[in-house]
Amino acid sequence: MSGARVAHIASNTFREAVRDRVLYNLIAFAVLMSGAAILVGQISIGIERLVVINLGLTAVSLFGLVIAIFIGIGLVSKEIDKRTLYTVLSRPVRRWEFIVGKFFGLVGTLAVNTFFMALGVFGALLWVSHGFQLADGWVLVALYFIILQFLIITALALLFSSFSSPLLSAVFAFALFVIGSFAEDLRGFAAMAQGAVHWLAAGVAYLVPNFSSLNVVSSVAHGQPISAQLVFSNTLYALLYTAMAVSGAVLIFERRNLK
Amino acid sequence: MAAIEIIGLSKTYNVGFWRKRLKCALRSLDLTIAQGEIFGFLGPNGAGKTTTLKLLMGLVFPSSGMARILGMEINDPRMKARIGFLPEQPYFYDYLTATELLEYYAQLSGVAAGDRRRRVSKVLEQVGLPDAAKVQLRKFSKGMLQRVGIAQAILHDPEVLFFDEPMSGLDPIGRRQVRDLMEELKRQGKTIFFSTHILSDAESLCDRVAIIHLGELRGVGAVEDLTSSVEGRVEIVWLGNSVPASVRTIVTECHASGDTMRAVLPETQQDAMIDALRREHLRIVSITPVRTSLEEYFVRKLKPSEAAAGVRS
Repeated sequence: MSGARVAHIASNTFREAVRDRVLYNLIAFAVLMSGAAILVGQISIGIERLVVINLGLTAVSLFGLVIAIFIGIGLVSKEIDKRTLYTVLSRPVRRWEFIVGKFFGLVGTLAVNTFFMALGVFGALLWVSHGFQLADGWVLVALYFIILQFLIITALALLFSSFSSPLLSAVFAFALFVIGSFAEDLRGFAAMAQGAVHWLAAGVAYLVPNFSSLNVVSSVAHGQPISAQLVFSNTLYALLYTAMAVSGAVLIFERRNLK
Repeated sequence: MAAIEIIGLSKTYNVGFWRKRLKCALRSLDLTIAQGEIFGFLGPNGAGKTTTLKLLMGLVFPSSGMARILGMEINDPRMKARIGFLPEQPYFYDYLTATELLEYYAQLSGVAAGDRRRRVSKVLEQVGLPDAAKVQLRKFSKGMLQRVGIAQAILHDPEVLFFDEPMSGLDPIGRRQVRDLMEELKRQGKTIFFSTHILSDAESLCDRVAIIHLGELRGVGAVEDLTSSVEGRVEIVWLGNSVPASVRTIVTECHASGDTMRAVLPETQQDAMIDALRREHLRIVSITPVRTSLEEYFVRKLKPSEAAAGVRS
């Protein structure tokens, strides 16, 4: 069954990440959060929560981003270079099953990683606030949006990895993340621009992933609520963008000669 | 039904970064391999052997032509559940132990959950690695990896096996074990298609061989037919350490080896030679027709300059 084969490939991808000590980044994260919690408690009077949430969620996002890009770009190319793919694809495994399995394996790794980092963020919050507030619940929404960002960036890294070298894939994926983080500004610029520049800016603004609408760290740090409509539209957007990128990776990989 | 049918299979690659040019890796290959056969695919390095195997495994796509395995198209997953493949110089997920790797492959091949452990233990035993079952593959030697490669190929009890240079990286004992294993697989009725440039392996194992060079099929046939006595000569060995004058009139060149003498002469002179030796009261040890070795046949099928590349006997 396709589902079972995808699950086996995903599980092996997760195991590879664990054995390659990818989750060791959690140690660095724990040190960072502990240090920040202790330091913030001493130097920031009245804004401890704001600083911890801002710092914690930004760190979750950056740590995950680095993992998503640097493992994502090697998901396919490493298997081709090391020829481990040959003994997989000579079995009753379809190429799309391989790509989708690899994708879910890395997303699973990122989800587990984010879960433990989230524990760290809440631990630091507890340390500086000596208790939780109702508004802290929005941190969970921000973490959910960060996972949606990981879905998109992993799919893009996989897409680039299916036809390009690891170095170029990393450059493309990181560039898209940076441009996508300013997608709202690009859309604003496109609205103001005229003629060809308008069309060019609008094209780029809507083509790149809109990471800026998925970044609610600042709002959450200030205790502002997130609307259900934004949660729904962001979820739909991220799932569609991810599905398109993974489908692109599948389409390219289906036609690729594995020399 | 043939185990493998290859019909006009060709592969051309675009090579070069700036100025693309076409490179033909395989030219219109036609082959039919019967079920239960051990078929050797011979050729020097770069002849097109690995390209053919990659085409059959669906790893690269043909430029033209087609192939069927067990009557099914090459990308049919039902067919892939019934074949096993050992790539050349295999490399595996080195963070896994041998058992974990084989269990993973068993899952992908659709081996029933209850049967996996037993199959994995059995194939590790078959390839001589029962003690390395719990060792991570990053600690394996090249020869051990080759054995794991063979284990993963036979793990799901496939009907047709494709081995790309199966003896590569093995020591003499390992090569012997793999030869024995291949013979055992043949006894079980498996079809084996294997590529090699080690001719002695092909000569001792194969029912039929094909010779490929520069992407072109140069010859195909049963090993006995290819190595039959086309020379029309015989080798006569007798006890003694000198050549009597009466024998010298028949054969000019004799070789001494210990307490025996050996001469190779045309079949037409065989009777005269036997009579001469009997007259001299010399004991004849053997009379053997001179057979063309597979190596000689191979070299004949290649031009001398081509044959120099990568042939080992």
